[in-house]
Formats: sequence, structure tokens, C-alpha cells
Amino acid sequence: MGSYNWNWPILLKEPYFGWIVSGFGKTILIAVFAWAIAFPLGSAIGIARTADNRALRLAGTVYVDIFRNIPLLVQMFLWYFVVPELLPADWGRWVKRDMPYPQFITAVACLGLYTASRVGEQVRSGIEAIPRGQRDAGLAMGLTPTQVYRYVLIPVAYRTIIPPLTSDFLGVFKNSSLALTIGVLELTSQARQIEEYTFAAFEAFTVATVLYCLVTGLVIVIMRIVESRTRIAGTIAVGAQ
Amino acid sequence: MFGSFDFGILLANAPFLWNGMLLTLQLTALAVTGGLLLGVVLAVLRLSPIKPLAWVVEAYVNFLRSMPLILVIFWFYTLVPKLIGRPVSGFYSVLIAFVMFEAAYYSEIIRAGISSVRRGQISAAMALGLTKMQSMRYVILPQAVRNMVPVLLTQSIVMLQDTSLVYVVGLRDFLTSADIVASRDNRPTELYMFVAIVFLVICFSASRLANQLRRRYSL
Repeated sequence: MGSYNWNWPILLKEPYFGWIVSGFGKTILIAVFAWAIAFPLGSAIGIARTADNRALRLAGTVYVDIFRNIPLLVQMFLWYFVVPELLPADWGRWVKRDMPYPQFITAVACLGLYTASRVGEQVRSGIEAIPRGQRDAGLAMGLTPTQVYRYVLIPVAYRTIIPPLTSDFLGVFKNSSLALTIGVLELTSQARQIEEYTFAAFEAFTVATVLYCLVTGLVIVIMRIVESRTRIAGTIAVGAQ
Repeated sequence: MFGSFDFGILLANAPFLWNGMLLTLQLTALAVTGGLLLGVVLAVLRLSPIKPLAWVVEAYVNFLRSMPLILVIFWFYTLVPKLIGRPVSGFYSVLIAFVMFEAAYYSEIIRAGISSVRRGQISAAMALGLTKMQSMRYVILPQAVRNMVPVLLTQSIVMLQDTSLVYVVGLRDFLTSADIVASRDNRPTELYMFVAIVFLVICFSASRLANQLRRRYSL
């Protein structure tokens, strides 16, 4: 390594500085939008997997099995290259020609649908960890099944799964780097591009690494606060990570 | 919509795709082995009574776990040849990246497995007069292993899927080989669907196996 010429100032020069800023912004945006899909959809899947209705349970299981057992990168290619071909001709044409920001939207959709399968598993295990008696007690008191979920199961389940949900959010944040394979210029791909233009590989990778670590650290700290604020009285922390 | 689905293209390129699959399997097997070995070392160090050592390992594990795998691959792909001072085959750079990255995850699973053994078991082993090594060997590890094997298998399935990321440095694994054929013959639908189905079958069967192991052996 003795022969490596460090060149940190180059990162502050344009256009490289701007590349880092815009890449970082895209990374954050992809993660947040994908989470906005993954959280509600994953919740629905997790709840479906604990439902009394067999068809609902099966649908949830099939979704999780499919999305968790195909590599994320393959899913990315399927959404980007294959799905537009399989859509009805008009839709396919719209997706390919007129949809704004096609790579960005595809990446968000792909990451959101994939992460939903992970969130679904956490929600399911959170609900299943609640003793059966709670559900029975709710029903015995005359609550409808929907009310049992709304007032008994979900408020408890979500508070116990904050740590695994946090790591799923961090997962989608890190996985946003896969968007570079379909041409989204997010943080990792900007670092790679700076390397190609300036040969300052280690400087560029270091900046990207530091930014990923900072966000991860920040999210963990915030979620620990949220967790302690919402802790259920009388329980000890179940914390995963 | 599947009217123009051309299976012939898969047959015609079978040897090429199979070579890609071999690289994927080879990389997975080596990375799982290396990752497990390093993971055990990290887990033991992290549970060691020498605090600074435990902290260094903890920092390493948390650091790697907050990085995207693609960035780790880029790091090692650039770093390894520079460190060695001569060009290295991409396969080895990527293999080192996977081992270093997966070891962080494996070590957490192993540590959790060891920590899941109840404290009373250790006290009981001590009370019976077993040495530290003996209680580790005969009391703690047999229980810890039963708890962590299903999780290690699940992580290895994730690892198999993650090897597809070598695409970013152009290593010819299963997905990259399919991608080469797809763009050469303009047949993305057949090739990517085929890759997806092959992975789905392998990973689904393996995850069912992990579930069975969990049900049968976990304490």
C-alpha cells in the first residue's frame, strides 16, 4: 500500500462532491420509499399468516416463500427486464416509454416487495409470540376478530418486534445499493464512478462506507429510544440486535 | 404472454449456464466454510474475558454489518490486488470479501447460540468438577450447536443468494452467465425466469430442511 497516493481533497471538488451528495440522497430516498411499501404490505402479510382463514394463511405463506427464496438481484432483473414484457401491451409500452424515473421506481418497487416478505415474517412471529389466551380472552369479551387484532394483538406485537424491524429497515437501506445494477446512481455506484474517473478508489469507498455507518448508527440510536419509550410495562427487553 | 417462450435457448446454452452454476456453488461452499471458521474465532474472541479484544471484534462485526455487501465486494476487489502487490483473480478477491462479510453474521449466530445455553448449566458443570474446556466441550457446545445449526443453514441460504452479487464485478456465476446469454440473444424473459426458478427450488428446499432441523433438534 506504500505506493498508493492518497488524494482526499479530490472528494471536495466538483463534480465529485455533488455526485456523493446526490448518491447519498438517492440511497436515502430509495430506502424510505421502499419501506413505505414494505411496512404496510408486510404487516398485511404477517397478519394474514396468523389469520383463522386458511386461504389467507396460504396466500401469506406463498408470498413469503417466493420473495425470500429468489436472490434480490434476480428479482431486480425480473422487475426491470421481464415484467414489462409480460404486461398487457399498452401497460408494457407505458412502463418502458412513459413511466417517469423508470429505474428508480423499479428499484423502489422491487426492494419494497422483497422487504415486505421479511417484515411479514417479523409481524407473524410477533403475533405468534403472544399467548393464545390473549386472543381467546378478547373473543370471549365479545370483540370481533378485527377488534382483537386492533386492540389486543397488534399493539403488543409491534412493540416487541421493534429491534428486528429496525434491522429490516437497515437491510433495505443497505440493499438499496442493488439499484446500481439497473442504473440508479445511488451512493455505492457514485463511489464506484468516482473511482473510475479519478482512481481515488479508497477515498471514494471510504466516504461511502462512513455514510452508510453513520446512518446505521443513527437509526439504531433512534430506535433504541423509541423502544424504551414504548416498552410494555412489566416486560424485559426482548431486543435482538 | 408465454406464447413466444423459447425453451430451446436454455438447452442450447446448458453447458455455459452449468459452468456458471458450478462457480456459484464453488463460491458458496468455500465462503460458507471460510465464513464459519472465521465466525467461530470471532465468536470466541467476542466472549473472551479480555475486554479490549472483545471490543475490537464487536467493532469489526458491527462495522461490516452496517455496510452493503456490494460495497464490501468493491472494497476487496480493489484492495486485495493492491495489498498483495500483483493482479489477483477476481474469484479470490470476491471470496475473501464473502468470507470477511459472512463471518460477521455467522459469529453473531454462534455467539447467540452459546449465550442461549442457560447459566445454570455452566454452574452445574463447574460444580461437577469439569474444567472450563470440559464444560465447553461436553455441556455448552452440544446444546449451543443444536440451537444454532438451523439458523446457520438459513444464513447459508442467504449467502447462496448473495453470491449473485458478484455480477457487479463481472465474475461468471450462474446469474452473470444467464445475463450474458440474455443480452447476446435478446432473451431476458427465458433466462431470468429460469435463474429465478432454479434458485427458488434450491433455496425453498433448503429452507424447508432448516425448518425441520429446527423442529427436531432445537432445545
